Parts: sequence; structure tokens; C-alpha cells
Amino acid sequence: MAPLLAVDPSLQRDIVATRFLPPLSTDFHGAFHLLGTDRFGRDVWARLLFGARVSLGVGVLAVLLSVVIGMAVGAAAGFWQGRTGLVLLGLTDFALALPRVVLLLLLASLWQPSAALVIVVLGLTGWMTIARLVHGEVRALAARPFVESAVALGVRSPRVLVRHILPNALTPVIVAAALGVGNAIMLEAGLSFLGLGVQPPTPSWGNLIASGRDTLVNAPWVATAPGVALVLVVVAATLLGDAVRDRLDPSYRR
Amino acid sequence: MLRAFIRRALAGLAVVVGVVTLMFFLIRLAPGDPALLLVGPTATPEQLASQRQALGLDRPIPEQYTVWLGRFVRGDWGSSIATGRPVRGMISAAWPATVSLVGLSLVLSYIIGIIVGAVQATRGGRLDTTLSVVTVTLFALPGYWLGLMLVMVFTYWARALPAFGAAGFDADFLTGWDKLADRLRHLALPLATLTLIGIGGTARFVRGAMLDVRNAPHVAIARAKGLSPVQVTLRHVLRNALIPVLTLLGLSLPALFSGAVFIEAIFAWPGVGRIMVEAVGARDYPVIMAATAVSATLVVVGNLLAEAMTAWADPRLRAQPSGAA
Repeated sequence: MAPLLAVDPSLQRDIVATRFLPPLSTDFHGAFHLLGTDRFGRDVWARLLFGARVSLGVGVLAVLLSVVIGMAVGAAAGFWQGRTGLVLLGLTDFALALPRVVLLLLLASLWQPSAALVIVVLGLTGWMTIARLVHGEVRALAARPFVESAVALGVRSPRVLVRHILPNALTPVIVAAALGVGNAIMLEAGLSFLGLGVQPPTPSWGNLIASGRDTLVNAPWVATAPGVALVLVVVAATLLGDAVRDRLDPSYRR
Repeated sequence: MLRAFIRRALAGLAVVVGVVTLMFFLIRLAPGDPALLLVGPTATPEQLASQRQALGLDRPIPEQYTVWLGRFVRGDWGSSIATGRPVRGMISAAWPATVSLVGLSLVLSYIIGIIVGAVQATRGGRLDTTLSVVTVTLFALPGYWLGLMLVMVFTYWARALPAFGAAGFDADFLTGWDKLADRLRHLALPLATLTLIGIGGTARFVRGAMLDVRNAPHVAIARAKGLSPVQVTLRHVLRNALIPVLTLLGLSLPALFSGAVFIEAIFAWPGVGRIMVEAVGARDYPVIMAATAVSATLVVVGNLLAEAMTAWADPRLRAQPSGAA
């Protein structure tokens, strides 16, 4: 959607004449800059939209990765209780105790920074809450009569797990994922802000804030705009998560 | 009680050892060579090899690990590859800054957050809705961005508060109250940033917990006994709602330390987080390892404290063996 709403920032050429224009101004080419321009004369609104593609994409993909890992670990631990379950739960608790940002900093700085690395790193450090949730749900569901009857009918256990148990355990996962997307977008922005995430000139909200930091005195709008966008998206993700929970989980209905 | 606590403490120790071990192998498997950074790009292969030998990097990784662990446990943390300063001195100079920042913001954000959440849950109505919008927004604010905005307003526009470091250039010449005031002025912005964000999460959680407890049977009985609404709220609702809040306190410690890493980077706060960020960039193995061990220990100790506080607040948890709760 971004190309429809703004000119691709890489197509802009004239740097000097359009530097540091405040929001709502028109440069002498007649181009209107809703949110002003940055120190290279690039339109902040355009950068924001193209950055949204990167930031939202990274956030969603990272959460998808954590959901896949978390569901696999949690379901296996809840279904095959006993030694497998204990080992997987121990692993989850250990991973939960790891200081996440420390790990993020190390992983992100030790390899060449890129959007793909950020997705992998965020996904690998974010699956534990999902695993905990799924484990609890699967354990409770495994004792329910419809599962026992499926087992009694001779359905093989992987099929029982995938067809009968997991679809019923999805609700808390959807809620946690909605909340997780907001969190992942914030962390992506944090890593990019420290220069360890998405690398300029590819815009992401984090490196947009970081680049605005240097020009905070004479062009405060450069750092303000992506931050406001970030807050709005995270608020939206939080409210969405709450709404989904209220809708799907009967125990939260009042 | 004591036995359960000792068992938790041992588990915590295992976590610290696990984190440190994982980190040790991760940083050595990753590309990047501290010796290369030290001798510079123009060095001959012989110079690089002798530098690697001097740092002990030419030996097999498991051997490096045992040597490092043995020395670390005995208190010999080595010296920084990048600066040559002893690591223990660097860390012991830095951790009070981190603990004071994180600890103060924890206390402040829980006090304010509990008050806000309690007001929301008891008053309800339009005030509740307004405060909900505020707390969700605070919760969604990225720390580094909020920090920048505060710097913009209070340092560049109002010229009221300093944005960098923990003390002014003239701090060594100040005495008594002036010195304290200087410290507080430098603390104000980073502390405000961390605290504001903390308030959002705490208030949301307290509000939810109090609404859950409000309809419990014992609260109805307390009301039926004719206790005043204030007494019911403070003694019967808030007290029970605080149990999950204390658990949250323990769980939020890692996140708070993580957040402090960004805040320290922005405000040039001389804490463990900033040392870590700089050391990671310079592949400064001994410093990374020490900072990792210290921050992992702080997190584990914080969790243990929160668990002990939960047991103190909820007598039901004391008798049970851990793990069952």
C-alpha cells in the first residue's frame, strides 16, 4: 500500500534545497511534505510508510516464528507428559530465565545485521510464553472425553494432537500473538535504534528514530513521527489482543 | 519453606551457569576476532598470531572455557581486551548505577501503578476509561523514544535537565546538598523514562487483578459485615489483588533490566548495560562474560526476592513445596 500513498523516497534527487523542511510545508518544486523532510531532503511521510512495511513485516514474521516453535514445544510437552515433557518444560523455563535483550544484543551484533537476522533472533527468543500457554491448554484438553474417545477409536497420537487438541488450544495463542506483535515491533525498533537491526538506507521505524536523534535540535519531527506511529501500532495490537480475548474466551466475558 | 527456597536458589544458580556457558560458546562461534581489532588491519599474520596466543585465543574452545570458568569463580575476571582495565573494577564501578536506576524506577512505578490501578478499579466510569487510555499508551511507549522526547523537551527546549551521564563535569568540586542535587538532576530523565513505562503495565495489571477479586465471596462478606468501602478496598480487595502483582514484579525484572540497556545507551548512564553494549561492539570477551554473569545474577536474585515476597504475602504458598504452586 505504501507506493500508492507516497513517492518512493529513493526516487527523490534534490537533497540540498529540500533539507529540514518542517511539517506541512511545500518545497519549491511544488511537492508537499506532510511531515516535513530529513537531513537528506527525504520526505518523512514517505520514509514512514516504507518503514512500516519493514517494521510490521519483521514484527509479524518474528511472532509467527515464535508461535510455530512455541506451539511445537508446548504441545509436545503437554501431550507426551513424562520424560519428554519434563525436558521440554525445563528447556522452556531456562530460556525464559535468559535475559532477552542481552541475548538479542549479542546475537544481533555478532552476525551481520539484517532484517532476516532480526526476525530469527526475535522469533528464537520469544516462543517461551506461547509454549507455556499451549502446554497448559493441551494438558487440560488431553484429559477431556472427546480426546479419550478419539484415542479409543484408534486414531494415532500425532493425528489426535493436530486434529483434535491443537485447534481447541488456539485461543490463548492468538491473544498472546497479538500482544507479541506489538512487543516484537518495539524490540525490532530498539535493535535498529542501536544500529544492530535493519540497516539504513532501508527504512525501519527504529532506524528512523535513530537518525532523527542526531537532528533532534533543528528537526524534531524526524524522530517524533516514527515514534508516534510505533505507539499507535502497539496500542492497536494490545487492544486487538484484549478484544480477541474478550470475544473468544468465555471466562473473560462480563 | 527454607528447603524450598534453597532448592529455588540452586535452580537459579544453574540458570546463571547455563546462561554464562551458552554465552561463552556463542560469542566464540560468532564471527569477529578481538585480537584483530586490537592489532589493527595493517598487522602481519605473525603479529595477529602472537596476539591471539597472548590472549589465549589459539587454544581449543572447551579448554578456554574451563580456564576462564576456573579463574572467574576464584574472582579473577581478567582485564578488558579493548581498554586493558581490570574487568572487576569496571563492573563494580558500574553495577551500583544500574541497580539504583532500576531499583528506584521499580519502586516508583509500582507505588504509582498500584495507586492508579486501584483508583481505576474502585471508581470505574469515565475516569477509568481515561486512565485506561493513558496506561495503554504508556505501556506501548518504546523506552528509547520516550527518552528522546523527554530530552527534546526538558534539555533542548526548557534547558532544565541534563541529558547525559550520571554527574556534571564539576561534580568533583561539589559538596553536600549541591552534589546530591546534581546527582538527582542527572537521574531525573532516565528514571522518569523507565518509571513512566513501568506505571502503564503495573496499573493495567492491578486494575485487572482487583476487578477479579472484587466479586469474590469473602469481599461480599466483608461488605455485609458493614465495613466501610475504604476498609473493604484496602484490606480485602487490594491485599489479595497484590499477590499476582508481586509475582509480576519478579517476572518484570528481566524486562526492566533489558529496558535499562536501551535507556543507559541513550542517556550515557554509566551502568552495566552501557558497558555491555560497548563490549559487544568491540568483541571484548572478558567484559561481555562478566557483564552477562552479573546481569543474569541480578535477574535471578530479583526473581528469588519476588518469590519470597509472594510467600510472605500469601500464607497458602508457604506450606506447599515449590513447583506445586
